[in-house]
Amino acid sequence: MPRFLELWIESLPRLLTALVEMTVPLSLLSFAIALVIAVVVALARLYAPAPLKALAWMYVQVFRGTPLVVQLFIVYFGLPGVGIELAAFPAAVITLALNTGAYASEAVRASILSIPRGQFEAAQSLNLSRAATFRKVVAPQAMRIVLPPLANDFIDLVKGTSLVFAITLIDVFQVGRQIAAATYEPLIMYTEVALIYLALVSLLSLGQNQLEKKVSAHVR
Amino acid sequence: MSADDPLRVRGLRKTFGDLVALDDVSLDVERGTTSVLLGPSGSGKSTLLRCLNLLEKPDAGTIDLGEGPIEVGGKLTTARVREIRARSTMVFQQFNLFPHLTALGNVTLAPRENRGLSRQAAEQRGRELLEKVGLADKADSYPDRLSGGQQQRVAIARALAMDPDFLLFDEPTSALDPELAAEVVAVLSDLAAEHRTLVVVTHSLAFAKQVADRVLFLEDGKILQDGTPAEFFSSEDERLRRFREVISSV
Repeated sequence: MPRFLELWIESLPRLLTALVEMTVPLSLLSFAIALVIAVVVALARLYAPAPLKALAWMYVQVFRGTPLVVQLFIVYFGLPGVGIELAAFPAAVITLALNTGAYASEAVRASILSIPRGQFEAAQSLNLSRAATFRKVVAPQAMRIVLPPLANDFIDLVKGTSLVFAITLIDVFQVGRQIAAATYEPLIMYTEVALIYLALVSLLSLGQNQLEKKVSAHVR
Repeated sequence: MSADDPLRVRGLRKTFGDLVALDDVSLDVERGTTSVLLGPSGSGKSTLLRCLNLLEKPDAGTIDLGEGPIEVGGKLTTARVREIRARSTMVFQQFNLFPHLTALGNVTLAPRENRGLSRQAAEQRGRELLEKVGLADKADSYPDRLSGGQQQRVAIARALAMDPDFLLFDEPTSALDPELAAEVVAVLSDLAAEHRTLVVVTHSLAFAKQVADRVLFLEDGKILQDGTPAEFFSSEDERLRRFREVISSV
């Protein structure tokens, strides 16, 4: 058996454990929170009073305008300086959620803006409340439009979790690093890590296709 | 106050920047009648219709729906706006059906949301209304699978489901081929024959001639002529004659 296969098989259980115990839950949790942030911020930027609108815009600017790894360092290493001490995992979740939330809010905002004015007018003329208009008219249509860019943001987030090794978390990349250091086989190990990310993202893409089909049932 | 009181509009004014779209328009719409608004484009006829439904916010004026005049020029509370809107429903030139809902879903959405009608009750009524517009067999079709004429008929059923006092039509056949437009005109004629109250903005002189009880001719944000179709079509007024000629020649 070639050396690389031997090493891959031998290291796979440890890598998969890190994947299941760190990378996946970190991604899911962060993305779930990011989605909530994205909707709230998008609505604030579209409909809130001016000060709130400005605040939402600033948030997006800050989190899109600075590198994720710097944000991680500020939250984990920096905030204790002002008395906010977070364990590494919550620090990672918060930072990833805020970072992805900034990008995703733009996708959500664009999807709402893309809904024709006539849809809002029809809802108004039928005397639907704003809440009902949003839930029953806007959201279902925006969903179809927002899925592809949102899937992009989720994929970015999954790959972005590989940075959490920098704040002491043991994710799939960090385990790969450890094994690479121990075996002196960086090419083999990092290729394996890359393939694991690729497989995970491919799985997500399949899920995206299924979802897109589901929310596009009404389109010929 | 009585259910037979006309809709009274007084001093309606609407400007878009420097453009005066409606210049102190006043009119009464009698219940059970079909009024047709005619006029060149930019005359303010669509704006007038949209103001009645508060899709456009007038700068000044009052609307009386039978319970006393309501000032619609100032700042209106959401509750007030919804109270006024509850009395009329608009049918749009571009149909504006909700594409993610079936024909039946389009018709039942507002009754279920606004009145808390059960799904069953709303659907039963929805099917009756779809049958009324000749689309009983399309209840489960999405708008994308319907022709323009069918979509507009679903939109009419959707408006009827709100049981409005006034049905407002904003060029309901302008986006349709003649033969599809005929389907829609047939439905409108039925509604007129039932003595529902219709206010229709149109370019169709034929529709005005056949269906209207009353024709209002607007130009530059003012009502220039208000009378029976016979009066409109026989008027010797130079402006009306020219309008009739231009419209019939297309």
